[in-house]
Amino acid sequence: MKRAVKISDNVISPLGTSTVENLDAILRGESALRVHSGSEKDIPEDFCASLIDEESLSGEYLNAGIPLEEYTPFERRLILSISKALSGTGIDPSSRRVLFVISSTKANVELLHSENPSGKEYPGYSAVKVASFFGNGNAPLTVSNACISGLSAQITAVRELECGHFDTAIVAGADIQSRFIISGFQSFKALSPNPCRPFDSSRDGLNPGEAAATVIYTWKEPQEGEWYAERGAVRNDANHISGPSRTGEGSYRALKAVMDDPEELAMVNVHGTATVYNDEMESIALSRAGLSAVPVNGYKGYYGHTMGAAGIMETALSMASLDKGVIVGMKGYSECGVSCALNISNENRPASGKAFIKLLSGFGGCNAAMLFRKKGGAL
Amino acid sequence: MKYSSYVRMTPSRVVLNEKMLTFEDSGKNLLLEIYRKAVGDWPKFFKMDPLSKVGFVSTELLLSTESPRVKDCEDRAVILFNRSGSLADDRIYEGTIRSREEFYPSPAVFVYTLPNILTGEIAIRNKYYGETSFSVLEKFDASVMLRTLEAAFVDPMTRSAVFGWVECGSEEEFDVCLFLVHREGEGMKELDEKEFERIWKI
Repeated sequence: MKRAVKISDNVISPLGTSTVENLDAILRGESALRVHSGSEKDIPEDFCASLIDEESLSGEYLNAGIPLEEYTPFERRLILSISKALSGTGIDPSSRRVLFVISSTKANVELLHSENPSGKEYPGYSAVKVASFFGNGNAPLTVSNACISGLSAQITAVRELECGHFDTAIVAGADIQSRFIISGFQSFKALSPNPCRPFDSSRDGLNPGEAAATVIYTWKEPQEGEWYAERGAVRNDANHISGPSRTGEGSYRALKAVMDDPEELAMVNVHGTATVYNDEMESIALSRAGLSAVPVNGYKGYYGHTMGAAGIMETALSMASLDKGVIVGMKGYSECGVSCALNISNENRPASGKAFIKLLSGFGGCNAAMLFRKKGGAL
Repeated sequence: MKYSSYVRMTPSRVVLNEKMLTFEDSGKNLLLEIYRKAVGDWPKFFKMDPLSKVGFVSTELLLSTESPRVKDCEDRAVILFNRSGSLADDRIYEGTIRSREEFYPSPAVFVYTLPNILTGEIAIRNKYYGETSFSVLEKFDASVMLRTLEAAFVDPMTRSAVFGWVECGSEEEFDVCLFLVHREGEGMKELDEKEFERIWKI
């Protein structure tokens, strides 16, 4: 039976410019989170974040043939991540049978700070530039569903393949942690001044993070050892535009919609932003869905919240770590701080099972879950 | 895909299922007039950003044709598209942090700097627990939107959807073309590219 099979992926973050480099770094316990002075973004308060040094990528841009003056950092990072994911796959990205799906919450919004952004602030404009770099003429989709964008984009892509509209989908996500986003989250009192502590009793907010990530799917028969997307679902809390549901309604319904047998799951990779309300909501949803015993992990303690990239990079890192038979520890966690106890550890631990669920939730009351399976049984 | 209703709205004109609705005002005041005449019981409207106001009142008109009005369900999705994303509110928020001297970031403004807040507002109003999704395109493209809609119905839960285009540059500049679409709709009209384009041109 044909499926949306993952052909390749890439993660660019302060910890590395490939999925492998990133996985190795977090398995060693490295974190990209640093305390930054507010003056770096011309804002009054200091903040703790994981930021990419644009200079450090200049050699990579040159190698990939990306002319710096023609693209904003947001566009360059997407192009670089896609180029690296495409490398060695033999996929022709200019084919009419290839769809580009971009995941971003704020795209080039920082351009609004300048006097004349001249149309470059439109997210669709960036998406077309990125697809055009690869010679692709299909209208790209830019999925903009707040923090679930990275899963929303994958779900959309996988369905387009299932409907036979395309043979291959290139899903890429990125966000730049601009003054715009950081000041907004500070006004919301959602940021922790220190490295975040997901699901911990002392958690006090999230950290903004920067990354670009890509995952490429092709519709085909999965071969031994290949990952494929079984299904995905998006559900709404129908409750509040910024506050997570007290019953974990949308996340619970999304989990129910994608889950088969909890016994087959190696883990659930949660959103785990380390805000008081998000993590509590996720614990309720997981418990309601009967997943209290399944190992739970998350990567925000290494990277912060990378917004449009999050769902894609967290999917890629989960696949790569399970390929090694490891569940990456939940950095920042030490003592359970949610009302429904879950199976969480801050240590790397052995994995068993042939599938995992990726879970996200976001503003607008949206929640997304995806079930991924590996062909060939045991990990 | 079948549809049971559509609404076409610009700052000066509102058409609901081939019928031109008469309002006295236009632009920002049209939104207020529609709210007062057709909604009236949802004061959250006044807190909304331009995109959410535009999308909210037009969806209310669209759903006013449904009898009985479906609420509290998981099988209805909200699948919207536009060109500007949330730029109308992004510009307002940017205005509150323009300089270090005039730095008054407001959480009430910031929360609307995401276009999918509109899909959340519609879900909350109607207790829709189903899929909500917002995508941005470079320009209006009926064919891409219908293709994405077909793909959304891969989710076996989804039986119907509020679907279409909600473009908003500001409270004075907007362009809406929304449909209530159904997986199966006996006796309902077919929504194909030609029909979408026809209504878009009304």
